[in-house]
Amino acid sequence: MSDYVLELKGITKEFPGVRALDNVDFKLKPGQIHALMGENGAGKSTFIKVITGVHAPNEGEMFLNGERVEFSNPNDAQEKGIAAIYQHVTSYPDLSVTENIFMGHERIQKFTGRILWKEMHDEAKKILRSLGSSIDPKSEMGALSVAQQQIVEIAKAISTKAKIIIMDEPTAALTSRESEELYKITENLRDQGASIIFISHRFEDMYRLASQVTVLRDSKYIGSWGIEEISNEDLIIAMVGREINQVFPERKGEIGEKLLEVEGLGKAGYFADVSFTLHKGEILGLTGLVGAGRTEVCQSLFGIMPYDKGSIVLNGEKVKIQSPKEAIRLGIGYLPEDRQKQGLVLQWSIGRNISLSALSAIGNKGWLRDKKEFAIAKELAEKVHVKANSIFDLVSSLSGGNQQKVAVAKLLTAELDIIILDEPTKGVDVGAKSAIYEIINELASQGYGIIMISSEMPEVIGMSDRIAVMRAGRIVKILNRAIATQEAILEASMTDSTEKNAG
Amino acid sequence: MTMEQRTLDQNEYVQRTLKNKQEFSLKKFFLQWEWLLILVFLLVIVINTSLSPYFLNAAGLRDATMVFLDKGFIVFPMVMIMILRDIDISVGSTVALSSVIMATLYNTLNVPMGAALVICLLVGALCGLINGLLIVKFKELSAVIVTLATMILYRGIAYVILEDQASGNFPEWFSFFGWGSVAGIPFILIAFTILAIVFTLLLHKTTFGRQVYAMGNNDTASRFSGVRVDRIKVIVFTLAGLMAAITAIFLASRMGSTRPNVAMMYELDVIAMVALGGISTAGGKGRMIGAIIAVFIIGYLQYGLGLINIPSQTMLIIIGLLLLVSVAVPKMKVNWKFKKSGSKRKLE
Repeated sequence: MSDYVLELKGITKEFPGVRALDNVDFKLKPGQIHALMGENGAGKSTFIKVITGVHAPNEGEMFLNGERVEFSNPNDAQEKGIAAIYQHVTSYPDLSVTENIFMGHERIQKFTGRILWKEMHDEAKKILRSLGSSIDPKSEMGALSVAQQQIVEIAKAISTKAKIIIMDEPTAALTSRESEELYKITENLRDQGASIIFISHRFEDMYRLASQVTVLRDSKYIGSWGIEEISNEDLIIAMVGREINQVFPERKGEIGEKLLEVEGLGKAGYFADVSFTLHKGEILGLTGLVGAGRTEVCQSLFGIMPYDKGSIVLNGEKVKIQSPKEAIRLGIGYLPEDRQKQGLVLQWSIGRNISLSALSAIGNKGWLRDKKEFAIAKELAEKVHVKANSIFDLVSSLSGGNQQKVAVAKLLTAELDIIILDEPTKGVDVGAKSAIYEIINELASQGYGIIMISSEMPEVIGMSDRIAVMRAGRIVKILNRAIATQEAILEASMTDSTEKNAG
Repeated sequence: MTMEQRTLDQNEYVQRTLKNKQEFSLKKFFLQWEWLLILVFLLVIVINTSLSPYFLNAAGLRDATMVFLDKGFIVFPMVMIMILRDIDISVGSTVALSSVIMATLYNTLNVPMGAALVICLLVGALCGLINGLLIVKFKELSAVIVTLATMILYRGIAYVILEDQASGNFPEWFSFFGWGSVAGIPFILIAFTILAIVFTLLLHKTTFGRQVYAMGNNDTASRFSGVRVDRIKVIVFTLAGLMAAITAIFLASRMGSTRPNVAMMYELDVIAMVALGGISTAGGKGRMIGAIIAVFIIGYLQYGLGLINIPSQTMLIIIGLLLLVSVAVPKMKVNWKFKKSGSKRKLE
């Protein structure tokens, strides 16, 4: 018998062009709550998917109670007693709690195939009571709060007799009181003999629950420590402590007059009380954890998701932005995070994509003018150095970096003052990244005001003049470039400070 | 930074010139769906001629064209609707409602025929406008459900107005729409040609048409690009209603009267023509010219089959099969290409 219920050795997982996990080790003791930590994109989610059989690793071995196992699909993992509760609950909102708990392993009478409703309801009730919850198993899943849905997911894990339970950021959407309940349930599970892998961005979760913490960074295993062995500072360094391995281009140009003043902007349920200013030629970094409300704030400025509180003053004039068309007319452009879904028409040529947001300027009383369209497309595609043969090449045939350049070129068709870039280097290789940084700096020196959303710390610090850190729908800190460090940003974005009941 | 990366970066900065003239590819030119349609069209003519000696008769063809062209008007906006990945099955009912209102205004309420015509067009456009507004306001409802509801609704209103009666006795001049000709060419064919040109230009040569294609390919990206997606959708559906009203005028003129059950199943014929014309139900693809050729294919096919006394039930089978083949063939073509190139790119 092994000392560990679960042991992974040298796990490597590669996706086309990306090494998502690089030689990762992990050891889970029975009855342990084990925290798994790391920045956005450190490889935690991929790691979980390897354990639960969603992804098969390219290299490495996995042992369950000392016995070597290989999962080819999630069912294999489930049969071996591994259950995962994901960050975004993946339930059936229109079905009852009981149906959600027993989905995939319903109690069925032999021969007739009849579903044993009463037995299932009773069992569901029993499990929920054991978790200290009074949820009615017959109620509709969608009518429950996020916290309650999470409890149902845990009940589901118990009903499959899971011995290893993985919780992926379960507290992200919970209030502190609900989190407290979840802690108790988690401890209960541990006391009943389950081993738990707990992923969270919150330090308080980790200190409250875990006895061991393992850190991943840049797809690699960094280390594993007992919770008393490591200080808060050392842990942060372990999470971010890479050298800045990108050279950020020199900034030219000066910061000019005030362009934009956002005052008390709010949208119920997404963000509140967001205030900041942006100047000509300035790059304002907007960072924070995924889900902190960064994208929502920017989409509000762009009219995709109209705000319901606060004011926006643009070039000294108070404006109300209700649609993207209006935003573009007022001089605000937005480069969406998901360029394939939101930014580009993949089936179209480079030229058509570039001209799409400038059709009214290209057209003459509504008629398309090919010559003008092609000339503008060519000029802008060359300006951002798109690598292709002609402007008639399909965007789907380009690499991620080149697609992103097309998306940037598209913004430049309009007469903009402000450009919002949402994760501009996401999914882009190193070479193209530098090219995109170069373009961003070039734009800033031309006098555009730039808001850059990014989760990558070195990028935010290397590129921005000022950095606004968001947490739970609020801007918690605005740092000047001179004093910004990764540690300071991470601390602001993770630690529950005074805004305990934000959002 | 490694050497390798540095060279890569430098390459990125090398100023490259992009061509802005499209290379002409003969192969690509002839691989277009429309050529296949022209082939099918010729095939229909050849088979019909060999089966019936009466087919290639100028007067006969002329009359046949006047009969099937009336629903052709609805094909134009339906092309746009299907490029938008939507569908409108209420157009047949819109034809009935607008023609019934026109006839009732003239016969019962003594409204002058000219004014009745204008109101007919307005009623049709209003029907389409309602469809469009419902579809953009209730995003969770698909166009097929919304227009199914209004299909029943509009037909129902037509029945309430006229019950099961016919209404005719139009003024003499009104028959010109259905029966008149200019210089030997039927007026309906002239009208069809003019509108075909207008809609072809609208779809392929204007910024409006470009935005329709953009929405059909990627609705979200279009919105992020500042395309007023809701507005465009409402306009397209309104055009469908307007064209249905034009069909109503030609139909009532040819028949000499109208009743609430006219233009039954027109929507299906129209959708069949559009699909055969190469407009993908997945949206974003296809051209106006294809659908226009398809109007004539289905029209002459029906006429030819009628001449050799094939019962209308059998005709349905033939047209159904033609449609199935026409939507399956492009998929087979893609599959074949896919296998041949050994490409790992997933098909949509």
